[in-house]
Amino acid sequence: MANIAPSVLRQASRLASKSAISTASRRSAWPLSRVATTRVQNDATSSRSYVTDSRRDHAQVQVDTAIKLDKKEFEKAGLAMSGQNGSDVHVSPMADVLAQATVMDEGQRPIYLDMQATTPLDPRVLDAMLPFYTGFYGNPHSRTHAYGWESEKAVEDARQHIATLIGADPKEIIFTSGATESNNMSIKGVARFFGRSGKKRHIITSQTEHKCVLDSCRHLQDEGFEVTYLPVQHNGLVDLKVLEDAIRPDTALVSIMAVNNEIGVIQPLEKIGKMCREKKVFFHTDAAQAVGKLPLDVNAMNIDLMSISSHKIYGPKGIGACYVRRRPRVRLDPIISGGGQERGLRSGTLAPALVVGFGEACRIAKEEMEYDSKRIKALSDRLLSGLLSMEHTTQNGDHEQFYPGCVNVSFAYVEGESLLMALKDIALSSGSACTSASLEPSYVLRALGNSDESAHSSIRFGIGRFTTEQEIDYVLKAVTERVGFLRELSPLWELVQEGVDLNTIEWSQH
Amino acid sequence: MSVANVARPESAQKVLSLYRQLLRQGNQFAAYNFREYAKRRTRDAFHENKAVEDPRRIQELIQKGLKDLQMLKRQTVISQFYQQDRLVVEGGLSGRDTANHETLRQKDTGWD
Repeated sequence: MANIAPSVLRQASRLASKSAISTASRRSAWPLSRVATTRVQNDATSSRSYVTDSRRDHAQVQVDTAIKLDKKEFEKAGLAMSGQNGSDVHVSPMADVLAQATVMDEGQRPIYLDMQATTPLDPRVLDAMLPFYTGFYGNPHSRTHAYGWESEKAVEDARQHIATLIGADPKEIIFTSGATESNNMSIKGVARFFGRSGKKRHIITSQTEHKCVLDSCRHLQDEGFEVTYLPVQHNGLVDLKVLEDAIRPDTALVSIMAVNNEIGVIQPLEKIGKMCREKKVFFHTDAAQAVGKLPLDVNAMNIDLMSISSHKIYGPKGIGACYVRRRPRVRLDPIISGGGQERGLRSGTLAPALVVGFGEACRIAKEEMEYDSKRIKALSDRLLSGLLSMEHTTQNGDHEQFYPGCVNVSFAYVEGESLLMALKDIALSSGSACTSASLEPSYVLRALGNSDESAHSSIRFGIGRFTTEQEIDYVLKAVTERVGFLRELSPLWELVQEGVDLNTIEWSQH
Repeated sequence: MSVANVARPESAQKVLSLYRQLLRQGNQFAAYNFREYAKRRTRDAFHENKAVEDPRRIQELIQKGLKDLQMLKRQTVISQFYQQDRLVVEGGLSGRDTANHETLRQKDTGWD
């Protein structure tokens, strides 16, 4: 890395001194193409020299799709240099326009394969939203004029679409800012309302929940509640027997997510719901990853509270909903107090454009569910069979009970982060977006009982409505080649190829 | 993005023309994923409803197709206003050859 930094600085100062090049061309001018490979080599030679270094010629793999040093950089660097003389910038006013045009000519944007983090906004959704950003700007809570009425009508229609998608009554849908707020509202709301009398002070959740559920529970622990974090089985599913044993007479709430955001396993909601109803415990589920992708019915599954997010189903970001059952009534202590909108559970003016977009996204999701799931299943099978046909790769989570749009695979003897660096032409993640800033291995994979190495080397592939076969084929080709390349650099891989069992080695410095 | 194909000759013409218009309009999306989706969804929807006989259902589907066509017209224009670089997979399709006959496809992103 050290030898790259000065050249970056030099390049930066050069670009900063030249104003005529537009931001777009500046963005693409960074000379960092080799960062990934350099870093990997450094790791392999310096820090991992337990036995012998891999010989240099072992690391020579012909990689078709490898990141090539872009010639455009030199052209632009030349342009920047002469720009400093102040001579040719204004000679041809089309020059920098053309420079951009050539960038557009060849594909350079990474493929998006991180649909669990967020999804692109569907054009149909945007089409429904735009009128509310241009003409219909009324406050949906204004009851005195037509501007308010038209917004209110649109909001109620959207509420109806969301309710239909999950088999609920429109009155049971509360709009929030997203699934995180819904989770906070449900867990803290129920716990605080029923904890007040002092009789119900126990909450059950699982170890693989999303961070916002775990953090809400942690917060409640500070307030004096007891929380049970259920362990999961090796396939990521909650053991119903363990759950049943954990339910106590003073349990207020069970919170289990529908589809895991990292490994995609589908929890047996129906059975959990039935058990909770029998024991008279409220059942909350974080269905941000499940709504619109799997058929859900809150009445058939006995779900009392459900968190929904809009931007996971091709809707706009910044809006979500919470389903709160009315019969039998679930009472909540609201987090946000104010004008009493949304049954007093979540005060504050609604954003009609976002609500309408969310509603339209739900309508489309319901309409297209069959088509989409068939397609996503086909793409997912193609990707999984391709990835698993490589040696020493394993799929994380249950192999049957998982949402096909979320494929989590471990590549043994490759560091996940270095693979992500090598796959810069594909937008991927090793875990949830919230934890992607840290290099800690995923807590979800650790909860499954995976070793640190395996958790470190896993990558999540998210497939969605707009993913194409070509993209999947490109990804397969790129992953296969680069995993092979990185493994050739690794001394561990060399040992494995020689037939040494890594667990039998006694490392000197550990 | 879906409409029926019909057996009745006078409306068959209409449906075919709608199909063609939808495909052509969908092809105008600047964003690769939306473009491919629009084309694929149109094609699949027409094939799916190939055997629809009920004239009322056909009318419904035609109306839906016309509505989608209007939407496509608006959205493709928006898509063309806010263009991004093309995706790496697109480069493989019509990538420009450089002097030594290599197609440049990849580029660092996310560094600045």
